[in-house]
Parts: sequence; structure tokens; C-alpha cells
Amino acid sequence: MLGAGDTRTRPRHPLWVRAAHWINAAAFLALAVSGTAILLALPRLFWGETGANDAPAWIVLPLPVDLERTGWGRNLHFVSAWVFVITGGLYGLASLLGGRLYRRLLPDRDQWHPRHLADEVRGHLGLSASDEAASGRRYNALQKLAYLAVIVVLAPTMLLSGLTMSPGVTSAYPELFTLFGGRQSARTIHFLSAVLLVGFLVIHVWQVLAHHPVRLMRGMITGRSAPWGEEA
Amino acid sequence: MRDLSRRRLLLGASTLGAGTLLGGCEFVENGPSRGGLYGLSDTLTFATQRFLLRDQPLAREFSADAISAVFPTINTTDPDDPAYRRSKAQGFSDWRLPVRGLVERPAALSLSDLKAMPARTQVTLHACEQGWSAIGGWTGVRLSHVLASVGLKPEARFIVIRSVDGWWDSYDLFDALHPQTILAYGMNGGDLPIAHGAPVRLRVERQLGYKSLKYVSDIEAVARVDGLGQGRGSMVSELGFSWYAGL
Repeated sequence: MLGAGDTRTRPRHPLWVRAAHWINAAAFLALAVSGTAILLALPRLFWGETGANDAPAWIVLPLPVDLERTGWGRNLHFVSAWVFVITGGLYGLASLLGGRLYRRLLPDRDQWHPRHLADEVRGHLGLSASDEAASGRRYNALQKLAYLAVIVVLAPTMLLSGLTMSPGVTSAYPELFTLFGGRQSARTIHFLSAVLLVGFLVIHVWQVLAHHPVRLMRGMITGRSAPWGEEA
Repeated sequence: MRDLSRRRLLLGASTLGAGTLLGGCEFVENGPSRGGLYGLSDTLTFATQRFLLRDQPLAREFSADAISAVFPTINTTDPDDPAYRRSKAQGFSDWRLPVRGLVERPAALSLSDLKAMPARTQVTLHACEQGWSAIGGWTGVRLSHVLASVGLKPEARFIVIRSVDGWWDSYDLFDALHPQTILAYGMNGGDLPIAHGAPVRLRVERQLGYKSLKYVSDIEAVARVDGLGQGRGSMVSELGFSWYAGL
């Protein structure tokens, strides 16, 4: 076992971060699957308050219509949404109050420099080797910005646009309709944000697989990983 | 009672296998119950929304020019029940709505009885669990007025509503007595169309469309619903949907 005194490893992620990561990874997968099941009942997107099969749609998604999946879809969606919201809320609170959000996830001063950002973009596109990516001492700026976008923008947008589809919640807070421009607009934004989140997941997993997957997975599971420069 | 709690455990065990750990979650005392993780999630949703709605706000209402050109009709759109067909042929002149159970003066109300009561018109957004939504104008009498007119007994806690096509659902008094919970006999300025539930449908504006039963045929006030059917509070709950549909 790896103890705290093990000099060959360095701490990467505290337990609460790892727990939140994996619980919400599972919840997100369940949300994506069940959300798709619900979407199949009406794979059309609209703007404004109203929308239906015979009403003009903004987009008709090329998906098979299936009315029989909303039962289990809704059940699984809401139970996993509760898990996602409770875990995400605790994580958000802890990382904000504990300072982790700006220490680990807000780009450092030097990372905001245009030349640095340009280097990172070139590195990510495979046009040049980025020193930052190889050092592993901190997240690179694009990585930090991607995590921040998910935590600060997309996750809250998912929650609020989802709640805007709730007739109960919107009776208490009709302002939600104003925020999103109507129930169907909220549904469309819920879908678009979900697409962005799935896109994030794909890139996130691809980046792990492309950069020392064993070491990174070990870090997120056990909390420790071998020092950079030595293979785990 | 023994049998019910045993059934609750069985129901729970069938939902994600977690029922025996979590037991059956009962939303309201003597109300419907659901086991397993889904029961827990339903209870969280119900409790949260009851807190958010504790001051009994109204659902949004629109002006008449917001009424949708397209308002889908799903499930039953023309009941084939023989008595219903006969009544329909007579313009529902012989139609009667029993209001019974825990009431002082059980009654069988005609359409004109309902229309003689104070009317309420509300233009609201109907949201279906399938994802569509449409704005419609509904005219009818508040369910709370109908219940008051027959003298709801103090021990009544739920209103069970049944429909010509076999649907049934239950509502606790929090929703049943809400001012926007109406028995609607008119839509968009005219009579309620057959496809939308003529002669009378229910409107429960702070929940999804499936709680707004069409073709209302019976109203019963009861003290508990845990003994009705499978104890889950409604027909659609027995098909796996949530009894409380505010989400």
C-alpha cells in the first residue's frame, strides 16, 4: 500500500475530490442515458414557451421516436439528478470555501499571457510539444478553463434549465422562464448544454488515455501518483 | 395493514433491489408509497417542492392571445364506453358527476349544476412528460368550491378522481384545494372538445399534464389512498410514473 511517507509518490487528489469525481461520473452517465431516453419521446427542439409534434420545430433530431421510455427514463434521470446535485453542491461549496477552485482551477497569472495560451493551443493541436503539459506540476490553462466551464457554467445551466421544465418549481420561481426565454427554450438549452458536457467527457477521457492513463487513473482512484518523469 | 407493508417491501425490492434497505417511502401520511431509490428520489422532490410552494403561489397565467394554435391530444381522444357515447349523443344533458365519500351531502352534479357555480378562466401552459408544451384557456369551477358545496368532512385528506376511460388519480388537499385546480367544461372560449376530455376534465396546473385527467366521471373524498389499487396513488404510478408530477 502507498502510505503518506512513501517518497516515490506524491499526493494528487484528496479523498473528497476523488469521491465527488467518481460519484458524479456515474451520475452523469446515468443522466446522459436517461436524458436520451426521455428525448426520444419528442426528438424536436423549439424556442419559446410551446412546442409539439405538429408545431414548427427549430431542429428535428435524426433520432427514432420512442414514447415508451419516459417512464424509466424520468425515474433514473431524477434519482441521478439528485445524486449529481447533492454531490456537486458539496464539491462546489468545499472547493470554493477551501480555496481549491482558484488555487487549482483558476489559471495562474503567467498562464493568461497570450503567448503562453498560444503555446498551449499549439501543443494541444499537436503542432509543438508543450512543456507545461509534460511537467504535470499544475493543470494547463486550457484544462483549467475547461474544468471551470463545466463546474461554473455548464453544470449550473443544466440544473437551472432542467428546473425550468418543472411546473412545480416554476410556479414558485417564474423568473426561471424569463431567464431562459420560455419552457421550450429551457429544454433546448438543456439539450445543447448536455451536448457540450458529453463533448467535454469525450475530450477528458481522450486526454487521460493520451497522457499516462495508468498514472492519472491511479491518481484519481488512490489519491497518489508517481512523480512526473518516472513511469508509474 | 400487515399486507400493505409487506407489499411495500416487495415493491421496493423490485426497484433497483434497494427496497429492503430503504423501505417504502410515503410522501404524506396515509398517502401513496413507493419503495427503493426511486421512492426516495420522489420523496425528496415532493418534500422540496412542497417547501417551495408553501405559500401556494399560482402557476403562470397568460393573456388569451398567447393561446397555442397546436394543442396535442394524446391517450384517449374519444372514449368508446357505451354510456359515454349515449351521453355524448345527447350533448351530455343526462351526464352526472358523483361527488361522494367523506362529504356531508353526496351529490350527482349535472353539467348545468357545475356551470351555475362561480366560474374561473385561466390561460396556462400545459407541460406533458413527453416533452411538448402548449398554452390553452380553461374555464370551469374550482374543485374547492365543488367540495365545499357538498361539505367536505374534516377527516378527508385526499380526493380520488376517476375517468371514463379507466384512468384514476389522487390528490392531497394541498393541490386539490388550490385555486387553479378546476373542473373545466370550457376550452379557449368554447365548450371543452371531446378530444380534450368533454364534458369535464380536471386541471392541476402545478403538475405535469398526466395529472389533469380527462373525461372525469367520479370524485371521491377519502382519508387515505394507501389501500387503493397497489397503494401507489394513481394508475400511472402503477405503470412506473411518479405520483407527484411537479418535476
